[in-house]
Amino acid sequence: MKSMSKRAGAAVVSLMASQAAWADYAYNLQEPASRVAQDVFQLHNLIMLVCLGIFVVVFGAMFYSLIKHRKSAGHQAAHFHENTTIEVIWTVIPFVILMGMAYPAARVVIDMKDTTNPDMTIKVTGYQWKWGYDYLNENVSFYSNLSTPREQIENTAAKGEHYLLEVDEPMVVPVGKRVRLLITANDVLHAWWVPALGAKQDAIPGFIRDTWFQADKIGTYRGQCVELCGKDHGFMPIVVEVVSEADYQAWVAKKKGEADTAASDNTRTFDTAELIARGEKIYGANCAACHQANGMGLPGAFPAISGSKVATGPIDAHIDIVLNGKPGTAMSAFGGQLSDADIAAVVTYQRNAWDNKTGDAAQPAQIAAARGGAEAAAPAAQ
Amino acid sequence: MSDVAHAHGHDDHGHHAHPTGIMRWLTTTNHKDIGSLYLWFALIMLFAAGTMALLIRAELFQPGLQVTNPDFFNQLTTMHGLIMIFGVIMPAFSGFANWQVPLMLGAPDMAFPRMNNWAFWILPVAAILLMVSFVLPGGAVAGGWTMYPPLYIQGGISYDLTILAVHIMGLSSIMGSINIITTILNMRAPGLTLMKMPLFCWTWLITAYLLIATMPVLAGAVTMLLTDRNFGTHFFNAAGGGDPVMFQHIFWFFAHPEVYILILPAFGIISQVIPTFARKPLFGYASMVYATASIAILSFIVWAHHMFTVGMPVAAQLFFMFSTMLIAVPTGVKVFNWVATMWRGSMTFETPMLFAIAFVCLFTIGGFSGLVLAIAPVDIQLHDTYYVVAHFHYVLVSGALFSIFAGIYYWLPKWTGHMYDETLGKWHFWLSVIGMNIVFFPMHFLGLAGMPRRIPDYALQFTEFNQIATVGAFIFGFSQLIFLWVVLKTIKGGVKATTKVWEGAEGLEWTVPSPAPYHTFETAPVIK
Repeated sequence: MKSMSKRAGAAVVSLMASQAAWADYAYNLQEPASRVAQDVFQLHNLIMLVCLGIFVVVFGAMFYSLIKHRKSAGHQAAHFHENTTIEVIWTVIPFVILMGMAYPAARVVIDMKDTTNPDMTIKVTGYQWKWGYDYLNENVSFYSNLSTPREQIENTAAKGEHYLLEVDEPMVVPVGKRVRLLITANDVLHAWWVPALGAKQDAIPGFIRDTWFQADKIGTYRGQCVELCGKDHGFMPIVVEVVSEADYQAWVAKKKGEADTAASDNTRTFDTAELIARGEKIYGANCAACHQANGMGLPGAFPAISGSKVATGPIDAHIDIVLNGKPGTAMSAFGGQLSDADIAAVVTYQRNAWDNKTGDAAQPAQIAAARGGAEAAAPAAQ
Repeated sequence: MSDVAHAHGHDDHGHHAHPTGIMRWLTTTNHKDIGSLYLWFALIMLFAAGTMALLIRAELFQPGLQVTNPDFFNQLTTMHGLIMIFGVIMPAFSGFANWQVPLMLGAPDMAFPRMNNWAFWILPVAAILLMVSFVLPGGAVAGGWTMYPPLYIQGGISYDLTILAVHIMGLSSIMGSINIITTILNMRAPGLTLMKMPLFCWTWLITAYLLIATMPVLAGAVTMLLTDRNFGTHFFNAAGGGDPVMFQHIFWFFAHPEVYILILPAFGIISQVIPTFARKPLFGYASMVYATASIAILSFIVWAHHMFTVGMPVAAQLFFMFSTMLIAVPTGVKVFNWVATMWRGSMTFETPMLFAIAFVCLFTIGGFSGLVLAIAPVDIQLHDTYYVVAHFHYVLVSGALFSIFAGIYYWLPKWTGHMYDETLGKWHFWLSVIGMNIVFFPMHFLGLAGMPRRIPDYALQFTEFNQIATVGAFIFGFSQLIFLWVVLKTIKGGVKATTKVWEGAEGLEWTVPSPAPYHTFETAPVIK
């Protein structure tokens, strides 16, 4: 069965390749880059061929009948209306065909669900609307945001080659390693999917589910969130860079260096201009999707920050809502996502941008204090 | 629609003092009036939800945001789904049941006429609750028709109104179902045994049981959402000991049988139409009944195939994959029976037959893509992509909706006393069938290539197929105006329909005059 499906798959693929002139039109699953994706590709081709065969036989008969057995051709109606033998035959034959499909499918299911013996483990967290990656063996953590500029989405700039499928910080993994993903979410359901790697798993807040992949080839593989997660569901792509082992080690070293800088930032004191400049970037990546770049929010759905009581009132309450979120709304708790320095920066920015001219600034030490004793451990890196 | 029938009824029953004008329709307990109300309601909702679909397709004509913003886009997809399912397909089938079940059984009316009136008149209330939410703060519900928490917990007041609307529509369906079951089991003409009953009645009998079994499940699920949203419970909140995935299990335990609620009456209509125009009895009547019942029973044990990506144990994934594949067997039997009914018949191709043939062919494409999706590893690749959108539109548009068109063209002469305009009917058919395939066929390719569903903007490699789909959507959408025109024209006048209407028609409804009098079968016919 397997070799048959392989040959069938090869036939379909070569058929596709011969139509390379229609390069923009893709008619089949993406080119697989892992064993599981390869198995799924072949399974799909096999089932398509079986369906196509049945379709041709059944509707060949129907269209023959439509042409030959019409009143205008003078055909007289027969009067038969049952035949036990043929009815048993066309119940049993589909059953047998289905069993032929079920066997190879079950093998792939069992392979896909086997997440044992990974070479490395990455925790993936879905947020509204970005992905967070924690490399559990390396102590490397970062967030991955859409990097397509707003202007391209709003049609005021030409769209780039990887429009909506590009991020600021891709997930980086070594080639040929069995990577286990522990997938969860912070707010609502999301789903992590990279088609070429054959890995898709819903991200469920409060629960951890796992899946795995093993990339065969060095390259960049792109995917998207595939579970409706609110307004910017279409704007939280996934990019996986598959690199050589040496490149991977170099990347890990670089990420650890960045983490050290971020940690030392948490104990520094900044001047207000520095905080505002840093805060504007943080705001753009984390807040602007809802509260908008002009701070005016979306009436009825997301409140304005410009002129709001929170952003112009006591600073402690402002820090509190950014750290802990507002339960029952889309305002998530950023305490777990942003470092002390970043929260200080974004709060300072919000209190001094647009109509908010409070002139006050928050320092990383204030954020650490607001986190309180037990929860003092802020994420090291951003 | 039955004004003429009404006047006719007056001649025979002058002693009834019928209210006139709006009060006639508000207070009516006549199955034909209520059938017409259901059908008009469905038609209005079809245009409302269809307009939303065109806005969705207009936004997706090219990459970037042009027509909508992401939040409004999500409102459109959510409301399009909810209204098409609960406001169009289900009420349209209820309309057919009201008109046809008593006529086919030789019964004078439905078993509980006053409950019948209520079952209909609470529906517009639900529709208003849904539609007004577009103008409330925060806009309409935008969390998808599947209403998954925790996203659903985040929304504004319209999310509560939608829960209320779902409750009302569920109540309406349950009342309608009790009526249909009681009518079919108790009010058949003497001699009309269950196994002699027209297949349309069988499919509705089984559908009604599905509705009674699953609507309370949906009501429970949305009530838990309501209390999670407003009263601090944590059924679906992990932080309080709940589980968001539990909602999906409960929801799909309702919503998979719901899929068959949306298609079994379609099977019934098609099984009436094909024998008429093939001039040959339905092939394998008994196996059709058993296949329908098997599909209904299997529908209760396949729900988690909608959830292959939530991460379930291997054994569960295998169980739901095998049980889902099994549904292909009785569904295949039905398709084979329809083809065998046509085989060696003496076919003509009036509009109802054209829609029925398109149904058999295109519904089967939806069935095959369903089989592809039943294969768990393939489903995991295709879940929540446009492949799924293509699949369920093949079964719901070229399946359920085409069967409704077939049924309307088939019975409209009986209801109005006039033949519809065959030329316009054929224009409607060809534009619909071509338009529908231009919209939905390319979506298979989009899904395979990796385009997620429910996104307002997409990567550049998806542009061409999206443009084709949008062009098809506007062809399909605007050709429904022809349908509206044909229906209005037929009500106003046209060639007088005979009692039998169609040369090959069989059954009790073809023994009463056209238009069917306001009251029929006050004395039960006897079937030998």
